[in-house]
Amino acid sequence: MEKIFIHPESLYDVPTHYCPGCGHGIVHRLIAEVVDELGIREKTIGVAPVGCAVVAYDYWKFDCSEAAHGRALAVATGIKRVRPKNIVFTYQGDGDLAAIGTAETIHAANRGENLTVIFINNAVYGMTGGQMAPTTLLGQKTSTSVEGREKEKHGYPLKISEMLASLPGVYYIERVSLQSPLEVLKAKRAIKQAFENQINNLGFSLVEVLSPCPTYWGQTPKEALDWIRLVMQKEFPLGKIK
Amino acid sequence: MSNKKILISGNEAIAQGAIGAGCNFYAGYPITPQNEIIAYMAKHMVNSGGVFIQAESELAAINMVYGASAAGARSMTSSSSPGISLKQEGISYIAGSQLPAVIVNIMRGGPGLGNIAPAQSDYFQATRGGGHGDYYLIVLAPGSVQEAYDLTQTSFDLADKYRIPVMILGDGILGQMMEPVRLSTKINKVSHQKSWALSGCLGRKPNIVKSFFLREGALEEFNISLQKNYEIIRKKEARYEGLFLSDAKVILVAYGTMARIAKSAISQLRSIGKKIGLIRPISLWPFPQAPFNVKNKKLKYLVIEMSSGQMVEDVRLAVCGRQQIEFLGRSGGGVPSEEEIINKIKKIL
Repeated sequence: MEKIFIHPESLYDVPTHYCPGCGHGIVHRLIAEVVDELGIREKTIGVAPVGCAVVAYDYWKFDCSEAAHGRALAVATGIKRVRPKNIVFTYQGDGDLAAIGTAETIHAANRGENLTVIFINNAVYGMTGGQMAPTTLLGQKTSTSVEGREKEKHGYPLKISEMLASLPGVYYIERVSLQSPLEVLKAKRAIKQAFENQINNLGFSLVEVLSPCPTYWGQTPKEALDWIRLVMQKEFPLGKIK
Repeated sequence: MSNKKILISGNEAIAQGAIGAGCNFYAGYPITPQNEIIAYMAKHMVNSGGVFIQAESELAAINMVYGASAAGARSMTSSSSPGISLKQEGISYIAGSQLPAVIVNIMRGGPGLGNIAPAQSDYFQATRGGGHGDYYLIVLAPGSVQEAYDLTQTSFDLADKYRIPVMILGDGILGQMMEPVRLSTKINKVSHQKSWALSGCLGRKPNIVKSFFLREGALEEFNISLQKNYEIIRKKEARYEGLFLSDAKVILVAYGTMARIAKSAISQLRSIGKKIGLIRPISLWPFPQAPFNVKNKKLKYLVIEMSSGQMVEDVRLAVCGRQQIEFLGRSGGGVPSEEEIINKIKKIL
């Protein structure tokens, strides 16, 4: 009988450390499937972030580098410039990409580095215990916005994808979501597009993934997916931004 | 070596030394008094087939170097004191990930924004790792423009040999002054093939470059292996220049620009029969212990620095209470003069 569902070669067959209902495992797998389908496993170099996905290299079966918090795109720039024939991507959370690493993000994008960025937006700092992120929604309660995010005190959720889209060096930006199987399939298509762009030397490509964090949203996995659909997607609309 | 000499500044000599050593990746951010390095690299890296990037910050520059070194390149960045403070995060990660890299610090006055005058006040930062964690850099301190050129080449070799970041520690005078330099004619053809480097896992298991060890006991195990590497470096890579050590009654201890002024003072005093010697540490880490291992209790040391007294602490550790140690230093851009040194020596003698 023909197997129609197989384990991707680019993903080690090991349990992950992620919480039940977390989106990281899904996106790790989507990246692994895309890398396999494009036949680039042996020339891919991933840059893992600081955050919940800090040990992503324990799950992906290709070369990987660590990066200091926020510096993934500087590290990736160094790797890609030295090895332009390799496929280099960063995997970064919202704190990493849109708070501490904002300068590295904007300038790598503005230089038009031929890189692929997978940006996990779950509106919260997960690894450190659920603090307010740059993308935390107004009214969202976190351990550092205990009454909910207030625009007067904390400013607004940062829409870094829209900001980056204004830069001429950026080739492709799309926002996707993990809230349903259909949206996961669309997310995979966008991730594949972002890798293909790099293979075709088209420049800086970023996919923002709205990803559930039931643990620090104080929700069940099902509630977290509903919250993405009903609340988060209103603030961060899905679709191709550039 | 060719016989041809060219007249260049210390900063340019470091840049040319890097290119001669096969440096194929440079990222930097402008800061005085080292701007000749970034300008020289911008102009010449492309011709030598390397990559030049003007980064958006020192943070970005050092992390680009992290990436380039992880990918197997011979990588360098340069800055001056306030910029080196910013780079410390990346330097710690480079040390923790066992990556080779060359970092140039052309020191200026501090703390804070300080000034742009020459100084030697980053000695503590350079020789004690500088960032967070249990690590060292190899630190080399050139005393002339020729040596700046030569030691830059050495730095790349040491960085690769021991998989360690190497710092070239100069000051604003050394960076700016011009001297004739004899250039090496052979350009290193550097192979990117380092077995641990990231190149894509074609035909091998995936390589991972990281400094993260979460499992209980794993980081301690790793840090012990780092210390073993440091122990080998301490034994093999201590460098110094000694002058008139056999008959000296007072030995001056100075490095970099300060050692040049000390030498002028010594030749004046020697011409009137005063027995003065010099120890010039060339490697500041590892600090050269051997020349201080003497029993003569009447011998005195005079440590001279463009700081309020930093290297003097290493001299105290090396001398270990056997002899008297005096200190002469000026800070905030002040440079002890030949006259000040001679007056101080006359008081000690």
